[in-house]
Amino acid sequence: MSESSPLAVDMRGITKQFPGVLANNHVDFSVRHGEIHALVGENGAGKSTLMNILYGLIHPDSGEIVIDGKTVHITGPRDAIGLGIGMVHQHFMLIPVFSVGENIMLGREPVTGPDFYDHSHARAAIADLTKSYGLALDPDARMGDLPVGLQQRAEIVKVLYRGANILILDEPTGVLTPQETKELFVVLRDLVKSGKTIIFISHKLKEVLEISDRITVMRRGKVVGHLTTRETNEEEIATLMVGREVLLRVDKKPAQPGAVAMKVEDLTASSDRSVPALKGVSFDLRYGEILGIAGVEGNGQSELMEVLAGTRRATGGRVVLADRDITTMDANTERDAGVAFIPEDRRGTGLVLGFSIAENSILGRERTATFSWHEFVLRLVAIRNWAMRLVKDYDIRTPSIDVAARNLSGGNQQKVIVAREMGSNPKVLLAAQPTRGVDIGAIEFIHRQIVKERDAGAAVLLVSAELDEVRSLSDRIAVMYEGKIVSIEPPDTPEERLGLLMTGGGARAGAA
Amino acid sequence: MTVLTDILHLLFTANLWQATLAAAVLLLLPALGGVVSERSGVVNIAMEGMMLTGAFFGVVADLAWHNVWAATGVAILAGGMMASIHAVVSIQFRADQIVSGIAINIFAGGLTVFLVNRIYGLQDVGHLGQSDLLPNLNIPGLEQIPFFGKVLFQQNVVVYAALVLLFLTHIVLFRTRLGLRIRAVGEHPQAADTAGINVFMLRYGAVITSGLFSGLAGAFLAIGISNTFVPGMTDGRGYIALAAMIFGKWTPFGAFIACLIFGLGEAIYANNSIIHVSPYLLSMLPYLLTLIVLAGLVGRSTPPAADGLPYVPGSE
Repeated sequence: MSESSPLAVDMRGITKQFPGVLANNHVDFSVRHGEIHALVGENGAGKSTLMNILYGLIHPDSGEIVIDGKTVHITGPRDAIGLGIGMVHQHFMLIPVFSVGENIMLGREPVTGPDFYDHSHARAAIADLTKSYGLALDPDARMGDLPVGLQQRAEIVKVLYRGANILILDEPTGVLTPQETKELFVVLRDLVKSGKTIIFISHKLKEVLEISDRITVMRRGKVVGHLTTRETNEEEIATLMVGREVLLRVDKKPAQPGAVAMKVEDLTASSDRSVPALKGVSFDLRYGEILGIAGVEGNGQSELMEVLAGTRRATGGRVVLADRDITTMDANTERDAGVAFIPEDRRGTGLVLGFSIAENSILGRERTATFSWHEFVLRLVAIRNWAMRLVKDYDIRTPSIDVAARNLSGGNQQKVIVAREMGSNPKVLLAAQPTRGVDIGAIEFIHRQIVKERDAGAAVLLVSAELDEVRSLSDRIAVMYEGKIVSIEPPDTPEERLGLLMTGGGARAGAA
Repeated sequence: MTVLTDILHLLFTANLWQATLAAAVLLLLPALGGVVSERSGVVNIAMEGMMLTGAFFGVVADLAWHNVWAATGVAILAGGMMASIHAVVSIQFRADQIVSGIAINIFAGGLTVFLVNRIYGLQDVGHLGQSDLLPNLNIPGLEQIPFFGKVLFQQNVVVYAALVLLFLTHIVLFRTRLGLRIRAVGEHPQAADTAGINVFMLRYGAVITSGLFSGLAGAFLAIGISNTFVPGMTDGRGYIALAAMIFGKWTPFGAFIACLIFGLGEAIYANNSIIHVSPYLLSMLPYLLTLIVLAGLVGRSTPPAADGLPYVPGSE
């Protein structure tokens, strides 16, 4: 691995035109042997296009690709695999009902006799791989039964089995818990030690800074910066990515909490699989404060938000909103009572994707006098004016309010929801994963809006899988673990302590 | 009371079980075809039409050539041709697979009636002589076993062929590389594609296989059990096979057990002279069982994850 060895990957002048978008505009991208190279940029910057070109899924209009000093033509994934390039996709290419072994072998299965799948040979091959890279896996386990972290590990082993020396990882930490992310990073460092080269696509700057050696930044189809990780910082990368200075820290004044807006007492509820998800949750939410809920996903946060929003039935306990018991109210009545809800699944529950922005902007409020005549006939002009105001106020990037929500980018879809929910001037705002999958620029905007709501006197309950987001926005942090709030902490609590609480350690008896 | 004792008595006759197996095989072939097709991710409700087409062309060829083996080959190919229409429409053009299946069933019904009129005028098709039919084959030695000899070893050649295909389908699907890939394509075509597997080719192969199997069933019906072609003679068996496939949770042996249950219903009906119940009531038995199965009384069964979803390369 001397410095003079040829580059592992050298892509020169790559250009790819899609209808209406120049996805890659003369992109130069080079990766050295044995380094972890981060490729960062906002959604739609052209990272995925560039990597799909390298993996042979997309063919460039022009430009050349040099692997290990040799110019190559990659016509499909088979060619890429043959050149030692492997890709771990953002959405796993795994078959849940197959065993781990079958998943890893698929496409290059060991065979005995006429065409029989050779289980023992497969097991041996996997045992070899997992031993040499320290990636423990049970080849006979059913893939769907494994936690996401192990599934990803299987994806990595799958790529290694195909003889990859250059690994492309597309947003690998998006689905991982902080713990799993740590484990992944250990694995990546080991892989580099054993001579592999890694391309790491991400938009989480902290992680990029932690794991990479060098960074290539893309914006709108162009490379806008080559950085050495040691010599840069979050602000510099963010500025390059967005094209202007971005406020990474949330700028907010100290909270001035008022009266109790929502009182939750010993709330219990079941998950979709009818197992208890909330096991007695109690807290007070005050006007003018942001209460953040930290926790590893799947510890009851989603269910809590749904119960509070009225879309899931509580099995016990009470929710009181300004002296009114709203425990059993449905979502519609709760909205009338002043509760707004930004759901975590924006495409499934937040929007009707086939509806226009205008139509989406009044969902849940279509029967109010402002938007309908006697709850019967829609007031189209009022709706259009309202939608146009939201588009302007919330900086939703769209050619018109008649565009279907489906055709907006993820960030702009989220802005439509945020605009709709905040536009109703709620007393209580329930925000679940408000910035998931959203670009840095839009995150900054949404954060500012949330703080603005708080300053206007609303009570905000925030659930986020991003610990950074919870820490920077919240005035108090409640940590959830296994359906309970194990502790309520001040916002400047060290990350380590929160991490410990989130995984069930360090809880004080009688907390909350 | 007499009805129950009649049925009980019937259940202990080898004749009943012999008829049950034959009736079951008539359902098993299209059901196996359905299993293969749907395991690859292509919903196939067109077995009825493929069977009917196979039955018709089998009879036509047999009447023309007086060679039952060649006629069986023609029937199988005719089923395969019908299936390849379904394949092109649903794999290449990504049309709705249910709609394509319904279209093929209706098309097959219309086409065969049209051709009957065209070729044979308005008269009936004509009857085949005993020597032109798929023969029964008694396995020497084994046929002598009391009871089981009659049930298992005094059967039509197609019955033996179908049982071989049953084992073969199971082994191919669950023991071979080919089967692993077919199932991979039916569960997660993107994953299969990125692993370098040809999704389109496997799906074409699986769908056409379902047609070949159904065509053989058509031959068995028209030039084995019967000796002529009658419009609509499949009588919903392709749909019952569909129910058997679902009942059997998309596995060959599961489907076979379901076919045996349906076949028993048919065999009891065929022996209705012994039972003092209206034959019309008995004739409903197989269909009633189908409805109960499809209503989900046997518990939910999960189809392959990508069943019915066309594959668009490069999509997420």
